[in-house]
Amino acid sequence: MVQPTSYLVLAALLFGIGTAGLLVRRNPLVMFMCVELMLNAVNLTFVAFSRQLGDVAGQSIVFFVLVVAAAEVVVGLGLIVAVLRRRPSADADDVSLMRG
Amino acid sequence: MGDLLWLIPAFPLAGFLVVLVAGRRLGDPGAGWVATAAAGASFAAVVAVFVDLAGRDAEARTLHQELFTWLPVGNLRVAMGFLADPLSITMCLFVTGVGTLIHLYAIGYMRGDEKFPKFFLYLNLFVFSMLMLVLGDNLLVTFLGWEGVGACSYFLISFWHTDPANASAGKKAFVTNRVGDFGFMLATFLTWTVVGSINYLDISAAAHGGAVTGVTATAIALLFFVAATGKSAQLPLFVWLPDAMAGPTPVSALIHAATMVTSGVYLLVRLNPVLHEAAWANDVVAWVGVITAFVAATIAVSQNDIKKVLAYSTVSQLGFLFLAVGTGNYVAAIFHMVTHAFFKALMFLGSGSVILGMAHEQDMRRYGNLRKYMPITAGTFIVGWLAIAGVPPFSGFWSKDEILAGAFGKGTASGYALWAIGLVTALLTAFYMSRQVFLTFFGDEKWRAVAEIGGHGDADADDAHAVDAHHDDAHGHHHLTPDHEPQESPWVMTLPLVVLAGLALVGGVLNLPFTHGTKFLEHWLEPVIGVHELGVEGPELVVLAAIAVVTALVGIAGAVAVYLRRMARPEAIELEVLAQGWYIDRTYAAIMGGPGRKLLDAAAWFDRNVIDGAVNGVARLVGLGGTALRQVQTGRVRNYATGVAVTAVVLLVFVVTRMGTP
Repeated sequence: MVQPTSYLVLAALLFGIGTAGLLVRRNPLVMFMCVELMLNAVNLTFVAFSRQLGDVAGQSIVFFVLVVAAAEVVVGLGLIVAVLRRRPSADADDVSLMRG
Repeated sequence: MGDLLWLIPAFPLAGFLVVLVAGRRLGDPGAGWVATAAAGASFAAVVAVFVDLAGRDAEARTLHQELFTWLPVGNLRVAMGFLADPLSITMCLFVTGVGTLIHLYAIGYMRGDEKFPKFFLYLNLFVFSMLMLVLGDNLLVTFLGWEGVGACSYFLISFWHTDPANASAGKKAFVTNRVGDFGFMLATFLTWTVVGSINYLDISAAAHGGAVTGVTATAIALLFFVAATGKSAQLPLFVWLPDAMAGPTPVSALIHAATMVTSGVYLLVRLNPVLHEAAWANDVVAWVGVITAFVAATIAVSQNDIKKVLAYSTVSQLGFLFLAVGTGNYVAAIFHMVTHAFFKALMFLGSGSVILGMAHEQDMRRYGNLRKYMPITAGTFIVGWLAIAGVPPFSGFWSKDEILAGAFGKGTASGYALWAIGLVTALLTAFYMSRQVFLTFFGDEKWRAVAEIGGHGDADADDAHAVDAHHDDAHGHHHLTPDHEPQESPWVMTLPLVVLAGLALVGGVLNLPFTHGTKFLEHWLEPVIGVHELGVEGPELVVLAAIAVVTALVGIAGAVAVYLRRMARPEAIELEVLAQGWYIDRTYAAIMGGPGRKLLDAAAWFDRNVIDGAVNGVARLVGLGGTALRQVQTGRVRNYATGVAVTAVVLLVFVVTRMGTP
C-alpha cells in the first residue's frame, strides 16, 4: 500500500512544477497548461486526504473543481486563440494593454 | 374668497407672460395696454378681497391660502402660501392701485421708445414680485418677492443701458441691495432656529407666547433692519436710490418712490411682535430713520436735477417711516406710507411730464414759469408739494403729524430729540419742495437765456451723475433750445396725475385724529398690529399740529423769500457739501477704491492661493500618489502571477511560523 504521504509529495511536486512553469514560461498555451497542472495537484491532495480521513467531502469537491476548470478552459482557450490569431507570434508579455 | 387669493399676483404674472411671448406683435402701445389691464385686473381682485375682509368681524379678517408645498426639507416645510390680512391688503391696494395709474402714465411717457414692450414686461414682473413680497405668508415667499423686485429694479434702472452711467447705476443698486439681503437671510435663519418655522403666523404666535425674547429678538430685529436699510434706502445704504433715478421716470415713481422702497417698512411692521420684544433695536431703527431723514433733506436742498430732489426727498420720507416704526407707531408708518405713495408718485410723474415737455432737460435751473405751459402738471404738482410740505388739509399733514406726535408722545428725552429733529426735517422738506416748485413752475423762463448760466455742460458737471437726460440722444430728441415751447402731456399721462392729486388731497381721511371713530386705518389694522396709544391727546395734539403747520409755513416762506423775492442769494444756502451729498457717496467710492480695494484684493489673493491652494494641493497629492502606484500595474500576466505566488508563500510562512503546526 502506498503511503498517503507519497500522494501529498507528488501533489506538492506537481504544484511546484506548475507554479514554476507559470512564472518562467512565456508561451500563453504552456502557461495555461501549468495552471491546469496546479489545479490537478490540488485535486490530488483532496482525494488523498479524503481517502485518509474516510470523508467523501474531499472527493465531491474535486468534482466541483473539475467542472469549474472545464468552464475556465473554455474561456481561457478562447482568449488565447483570439490573441494568437491576431498576432501568431505573441507571448504573454506582449499582451499588456491593461498596464497602469 | 380665500382660495382665490392667488389671482392677485396671477394677473400681473399673466400680463408678464403675454408681453413676453407676444410683446413684439403687440408693439407700441398695445403691450402697454395689456400690461395696464393686467395691473388693473389685479387691483380689482384686491378690491374684491378688501370688500370681503371689510365685511367681516375684526378677528376674522384673515384669509390664508396654501397653493402647494414648496420646500419640504426635513422638519422645515415651506409652503407657497398667501396671507391676506388688513396689513397686506392695505399694501396691495396701493401697490396695484398706484401701479395701475403708473402703467397708464407710462404708455404716454414711453411712447416711441424702441424697447417699449420690454419696459412693460419688466413693469408687470415688478408688480408680480411686489405682490408676492406683500402677500407671502412666510419669510421665504417674501424673500422671493424681495429678490424679484430687486432684480426688476436693476433691469429698469439700467433700462437705457447703452449709456454706461445708467448701467453702472443699476449695478450699484443691485450690489448695495445685496448687502441688505445678507441681513434678510441671516435673520430668516435665526428665526427658523428660534421659532422652528418661518411662517408669519407662527412667528407672531411665538413672539406673543414669549418664545422670542431678549438678545434673540433684538438680533432678529436688527438683522431685518439691515435688510430694510438696503431695500428702503436708509443710512448707510441709501446711496443707490439717488442714482436709481437713471431709470425712466415711471420706474422712479413706481419702484423707487411708491412701492418697492417701502417693503423694508412693511417687513418690520409685519414682524411687529418680534420688534415689540426687541428692546433697544427699536431705538436704533428710530434714530437711523430720523438721521437719514435729516441728512437726505439737507442734501435735497442743494440738488438741481428735478428727479434727484425727489429722490433725496424719498429717502428722507422713508426715514420718517422708520422713525414711526422705531417708536412703535406702526399705524402712522403705514398711514404715511400710503399718503407718501400718493403724493410722491404724483410728483415723480409730474416731474416726468415736465421732463418730457422740456425736451428731456432735468436741470431745474433751466425751467421756470412752466405753469403757463403745463397747467395740469403744474396744478397737480402743487397739490403734491402742499401734501409733502405738511400743509393742512392735504394728506401729508395728517400722516406726518401723527409720526411726529408719536415720537413726542414717548415722553422720554430720546423721544423729544427725535421729535425735534423730525420737525427740523419737516421744515427742510417744506423748503426744498417749495424751491423745486418755484424754480420749475414760477419765475422767469430761464431756458430762454441759456448762455447766461453756462449752458448744458455746466449743469452736467455739477451733478455727480447726470441722470436720465443722457438718453435723449438715443431717442432723437433735441436739446433744450431758447426758442423751445413746452407742451402739456397727453391725457394718458395727465389722468393719473389728476387721480393721484385727488388722492393726495383727501388721503388724510384714512386716519383723522379728531375722534376715535375717524381713525379708520387704526381700527382696520388693529388685528395685525394691536392697539397703540399715541401718548398725546386733545389740546396737546392740537398744539403739536399747530407747531407742525407753522414749521411748514416757515419753510415755504423761506423758499418764497429766497427763490421768488430774491432776498438772499441761493448760493448761500445751496452749499457745495450738500450738493455733493455730504460726500458720503464719494467717501464710499474712495474707501472701496482705495483701502477697501486693497483689502478685497488681499482676500482674493488669500482665496486664490491659500483656499484654492489647499484644495488643489490635496488633489495634486492624490495625483502624485496615483502616479507612483500605477507603476505596479504593468499589465503583464507573469508579474501578477509572481505577485500571487510570493504572497501565497509569505502567507504560508506566516501561518506555519506564527500559528504553529497542529
